Amino acid sequence: MSTETTAPATAGSAPEKTVITSWKAPIALGVFALLAVVLFVFTPRPADTSTFRLSTPSDVIQLPEIVLPTHATGIVMTVLLVALSAYSAWLVWQKRRVPLWLIVVFAVLFLIAFLAWAGAGASIPIYGLLIGTVSLSVPLIFGALGGVISERVGVVNIAIEGQLLAGAFASAVIASITGNPYVGLIGAAVAGVLVSFVLAAFAIKYFVDQIIVGVVLNVLVIGLTSFLFSQVLTENTELLNRPPRFEQIAIPILSEIPVIGPMLFRQSIIVYAMYVAVFLVWFGLFHTRWGLRLRAVGEHPQAADTVGIKVTTLRFWNVSLAGAIAGFGGAYFTLGSVGAFNKEMTAGMGFIALAAVIFGRWDPIRATLAALLFGFASNIQNVLGIIGSPVPSEFMLMVPYVVTIFAVAGLVGVSRPPAANGTPYIKS
Amino acid sequence: MSDKSREAEVQPEPAPQQTARPEAGEEPSRWGQAARDIVGGSAMISVLSVIIALAVGAVLIAWTDERVQETAAYFFARPGDTFAAIWEAVAGAYSALFQGSVYNFRREGFAAGIRPLTETLTFATPLIAAGLGVGVAFRVGMFNIGGRGQMLVAAAAAGWVGFALELPAVLHVAVAVLAGMVAGAIWGGIAGLLKARTGAHEVITTIMLNFVALYFVAYLLRTPGALQAPGSNNPKTPPMQETAILPDLLGPNYNLHFGFILVIAATVFVWWLMNRSSLGFQFRAVGENPHAARVAGMPVKMIYVYAMLFAGGFAGLAGVNQVLGTVTTGFGQGIDAGIGFDAITVALLGRSRPWGIFAAGILFGAFKAGGFSMQAAEGVPVDIVVVVQSLIVLFIAAPPLVRAIFRLPTPGAAPRRTLTPKEVAAK
Repeated sequence: MSTETTAPATAGSAPEKTVITSWKAPIALGVFALLAVVLFVFTPRPADTSTFRLSTPSDVIQLPEIVLPTHATGIVMTVLLVALSAYSAWLVWQKRRVPLWLIVVFAVLFLIAFLAWAGAGASIPIYGLLIGTVSLSVPLIFGALGGVISERVGVVNIAIEGQLLAGAFASAVIASITGNPYVGLIGAAVAGVLVSFVLAAFAIKYFVDQIIVGVVLNVLVIGLTSFLFSQVLTENTELLNRPPRFEQIAIPILSEIPVIGPMLFRQSIIVYAMYVAVFLVWFGLFHTRWGLRLRAVGEHPQAADTVGIKVTTLRFWNVSLAGAIAGFGGAYFTLGSVGAFNKEMTAGMGFIALAAVIFGRWDPIRATLAALLFGFASNIQNVLGIIGSPVPSEFMLMVPYVVTIFAVAGLVGVSRPPAANGTPYIKS
Repeated sequence: MSDKSREAEVQPEPAPQQTARPEAGEEPSRWGQAARDIVGGSAMISVLSVIIALAVGAVLIAWTDERVQETAAYFFARPGDTFAAIWEAVAGAYSALFQGSVYNFRREGFAAGIRPLTETLTFATPLIAAGLGVGVAFRVGMFNIGGRGQMLVAAAAAGWVGFALELPAVLHVAVAVLAGMVAGAIWGGIAGLLKARTGAHEVITTIMLNFVALYFVAYLLRTPGALQAPGSNNPKTPPMQETAILPDLLGPNYNLHFGFILVIAATVFVWWLMNRSSLGFQFRAVGENPHAARVAGMPVKMIYVYAMLFAGGFAGLAGVNQVLGTVTTGFGQGIDAGIGFDAITVALLGRSRPWGIFAAGILFGAFKAGGFSMQAAEGVPVDIVVVVQSLIVLFIAAPPLVRAIFRLPTPGAAPRRTLTPKEVAAK
């Protein structure tokens, strides 16, 4: 990974300036505000009202549906969006930072306006949007957590895709043979670790470029699983590729909370494991000795070595741990959502998880939020596809990727990787 | 990754001249040293990597073969059966691979027998072009994973010119090829510009641009008036016009087309660009050490943009080859056929050198051509080829591992040198 930091596009170059301002945020917001003007104000929709449904039919506490006038909502929101863009431009003009809340508020307003506009005349199931978001994000979050650990310890993990795929394959086969999805889950973690072993061995022992190993490992895992799938699995589908799936477990009381209850607490065990994993990784990284050492090795291995931390060993085992977590996420494909292994079924999810790591600035919580954002963006397309959207579905599918490009191009500020990320440590 | 990965590459190999100096009396003879260098050198590593990868592939083929599994059940009673079954499975698969990629002995006459080799070259054509795209970026210290997107955009542009415009014979092909290359260059250039202007990492932006291109082309393919064939509901373009198709090189019986000549020209051009031109010198300087290049007065940021323009252009050439040479009857979303990703392994295998990429592209083309006939003849899934390819690159990237497996000497290192007193003291 390049350690080159983004050159700040300061308007003036007076040396006493301490706040680095950038015109990137106002420009990006301005682009979206312009888009809002074109879409929500000047592209009228045939229907007058948009309905938001907040409760599933089976909920105990039923919330009323929210009915908004489509065009008026669009105009009001657009005015707000333009005002926010102007405010951010003014802030930069005054040599002040654009706060994060401004971007978040902007995004939420844009989203409400967009949903009202796109779903005019139909009733938009907000709960479906949210439940689907969590489901789609699960492998992304596990992958991103694996990426965060691996990169924090100083090994670039492009092989997330391979770890997910290996996990999906192993969990399908093992759960089918044993008939027990929990054993499959363990198998998935082991498969992820095996991929990580190769990555760690080549990157740490043989000093091979980590990006190269990662890319090649992805190809290798795709080839291996596809080969075994065609050669072995398709002939014995009943025996090898019919894994039992995890049941959804509704947590009493919590799952009855309106809106967020079904989203967070009516899920399968893998999702609950994910909550625990996010917390543990965050807590471990920033509040334990293990995390401190891990981060030290990723930032400055020489210094860590000087105080007696075994850099190579620590890297090796933490990259393996990262593989276990990512492999766990792979199990979600076969045991959680689809229910059988298929060729290349991860379909680039590992790369999006990698983007979430960078978008989340190598922080487990932020990376999780970024992964949720990607899950949400992919799910909007699913929901709008059902109610019929004026935007071609392909453009909706593009959204997560375009958002990522905007994000890494500096909308959320400079993202700085761990200093020793990608550098092999050669003890002298 | 730029400067640090170089450091890593350089680190384990000591400079060969230092130990090869004749002044040290007990050094081995020059011929002995040369032999060691050849045996432990990078060409030998490449050959051995291919051998190990094929061996691993053989294990996989044998392990999953039904006949082998049957005979293994009574292995201790009659082990010979198992070994015979293993031999049959592996030899059958690899001989089918050879006959599908180089020369088919079952056909009558040389003209028919040599057809697989021309197939290999046809498959190699886009691989080499896209591999050059990845390789050029590598030399500048950038990692272009965006071959897929660049190919798709190029294919869309070249394809549109190919079926929608009415132009005279030679001009039409030229315009279509150019349009594709320019489109690919622009798509690659976006990533370069983002890196130069904002510092966005090209690995992320090129991956994201892949998906954007994929969905964009998918949209165009199903939109009447854009790329979709008139009167059809399939997401597929109409066939290319005769005037826009790259001519066959060896007549209508062979698939090899003029694109192969274009790719040879591209390889020569990259060689010239990298080794003889001033821009190429700047490319290499930035790739070795961007900080030093900046101090030397080179416009590092513009070099990133130029490099990605070239990289995208060559990937675009691969896309053009697909739509105007190989699949001329109209194309769909899968036109890139995974070449954008295969190109990365091609560039790695070729060590980012133009002729290395050319050779690697032909090798992988052979694997592709042979893989399909292996699947047809022996029922071994074509995916085994992907496994073998990735293993080759993995082993080539780690020369110490290959040397350890075969117990080869490190090139340049003298055999069992006696330590001088100073060195002993240092230890």
